[in-house]
Amino acid sequence: MSPLEVLRFAVKGLLANKMRSVLTTLGISIGVAAVILLTAVGNGASKAIENSIAGLGTNLLTVSPMRGGAATAPRPLTVADAEALADKRIAPDIRSVSPVVSAQATATYRGLSHSVGQVIGTRPSYFDATSSPVGSGAAFSDSDVTDARKVVVIGQTVAQELFAGDDPLGKQIQLNNIPFTVAGVLAQKGSSGLQNADDTVVAPLTTLQYALTGTGSLNQVVVQAESAEVITAAQNQITAVLNQRHGITGSSTSDFRVQNQQQLLSTRTQAVDVFTTLLAAVAGISLLVGGIGITNIMLVTVTERIREIGIRKAIGAPRGAISGQFLAEATLLSMIGGAIGVLAGWVGSRFSFSGIQPEVLPSSVLLAFGVSVLIGLFFGSYPASRAARLRPIEALRHE
Amino acid sequence: MTAPVIEIKGLRKTYGGGDTAVHALRGVDLTVHRGDYVAIMGASGSGKSTMLNILGCLDVPSGGRYKLDGIDIGSFNETQLSLLRNRKLGFVFQSFNLIPRVSALGNVELPMTYAGLGRKQRRERAEAALELVGLSDRAHHMPNELSGGQQQRVAVARALVNAPALVLADEPTGNLDSKSSNDLLGVLGRLNALGRTIVMITHENDVAAHARRVVRLVDGEITSDHRQAPL
Repeated sequence: MSPLEVLRFAVKGLLANKMRSVLTTLGISIGVAAVILLTAVGNGASKAIENSIAGLGTNLLTVSPMRGGAATAPRPLTVADAEALADKRIAPDIRSVSPVVSAQATATYRGLSHSVGQVIGTRPSYFDATSSPVGSGAAFSDSDVTDARKVVVIGQTVAQELFAGDDPLGKQIQLNNIPFTVAGVLAQKGSSGLQNADDTVVAPLTTLQYALTGTGSLNQVVVQAESAEVITAAQNQITAVLNQRHGITGSSTSDFRVQNQQQLLSTRTQAVDVFTTLLAAVAGISLLVGGIGITNIMLVTVTERIREIGIRKAIGAPRGAISGQFLAEATLLSMIGGAIGVLAGWVGSRFSFSGIQPEVLPSSVLLAFGVSVLIGLFFGSYPASRAARLRPIEALRHE
Repeated sequence: MTAPVIEIKGLRKTYGGGDTAVHALRGVDLTVHRGDYVAIMGASGSGKSTMLNILGCLDVPSGGRYKLDGIDIGSFNETQLSLLRNRKLGFVFQSFNLIPRVSALGNVELPMTYAGLGRKQRRERAEAALELVGLSDRAHHMPNELSGGQQQRVAVARALVNAPALVLADEPTGNLDSKSSNDLLGVLGRLNALGRTIVMITHENDVAAHARRVVRLVDGEITSDHRQAPL
């Protein structure tokens, strides 16, 4: 029997139960589309992180506290720590130091409310250090920080959510029911991978401490080195200053961490890689479930067609022709499902998900389609061999 | 003289074992020559279905020898048996057994598909076979669009299309009304007149009357073998 004949029988078999074939195909389609789309989202996220961190500049250092470490009495980062770092005599390679506190808050304006991704309290040097230029209006000043004035600079997302096209400058918004005046709007930054960098509100450090976070510890200290060349020196100076202030000697473990952008990048991409692997695993499982669906349906089909198999055997169909027919049906199901899945995944990746533009990995398309075809062969082989092993007299007697 | 189409000696078939063993056939000898038309008769439980299964290479005997068209099938494996069924045998069943959702023509073509014949040759021979049973105008109908008698004639066309040495019919008129039965027996008679060897299982005397030779089975043994028309 020629392969073409086998294919013809398989197509006939599938068309005999259109609804069933379509639903089985759907299982594989969803699996393949999920693999392609989810890996594309993961890929897009890590690309976005790379871009956003590259945009931050190479002379940026971040100091963050390490809690739960082995330090005997971990001390929080404080404003005093930040001020010590700003001392040019001890740390000559540091250009600016911006202490940062962050909080979650709900912003409201005339009945519209929006839960802000990140509310940051800091000093004006933060805008320059993190390459977050103010697009319209102005940043707050050092005197705003000193006097704890209730002014804020808001991100693009917040501006859109609360003002929907109106000019937010000079308007009063409320953060957790505390009124703030909008002094400026940040320029568009885009997504930084897992979080939206435009969904932010920046306020003077002191204001936010009094209003929301309290005057205790800092979440972060953002340090700008004089240049990219002296970044290692700056990193050493920060470590020396803080070690001294926190009473850390060579043998005890540090209670803070100084990271440059390269390190930050690798931590974040590691996080995204874990996330991508998880997504791919979930998608892989759904593909597997689709495959089991094929086995299930093919077993039902074989049982339904026992008599037909008996007739075919009686008129001289060899085992290979019978198993070939059912194997071809299963593989055809999974191939059609795979093709639809590839198409759906590709179309789906045109849309962006919570700020992430998915980027389809060509290897994931090949892998998902290839695996779906293999799934058809693998999961179809059991029902097919069962059909081929049927004894003709018993099959003919089956009602 | 050519080898007989069927040559069986001491054929036995036992189902199960020990005390509960059922002896369906207890040493049957039978020789059928080319061009004969044999009716095997017997009540239910007489072993005639077992006989047909073994003659049709669907089942293997427990003992004895079976030569089909001069070939001893004793040592054949399943692949060889299916090849033999395809080339040497044609089946007509009581319940027609056409493949659903495949046209009459497609059903008749099927044995040739498994034999590996080309499309054109299949088509020509299938059309010729349908013409022989008088169903040329129904070639593209599906089995469920045909009457019982028509379905059974399609089955006959399918049985003879590979030019088998033997056509086996198992109660071919069992599900047909008397007019369709007569039509079908007419078709089988014509085929036999053209030289086909036919073995038919039946329990109806008036059906058996169409055959040239009547063999009666009782409890797995042949009790009478009567020739009613010359070979």
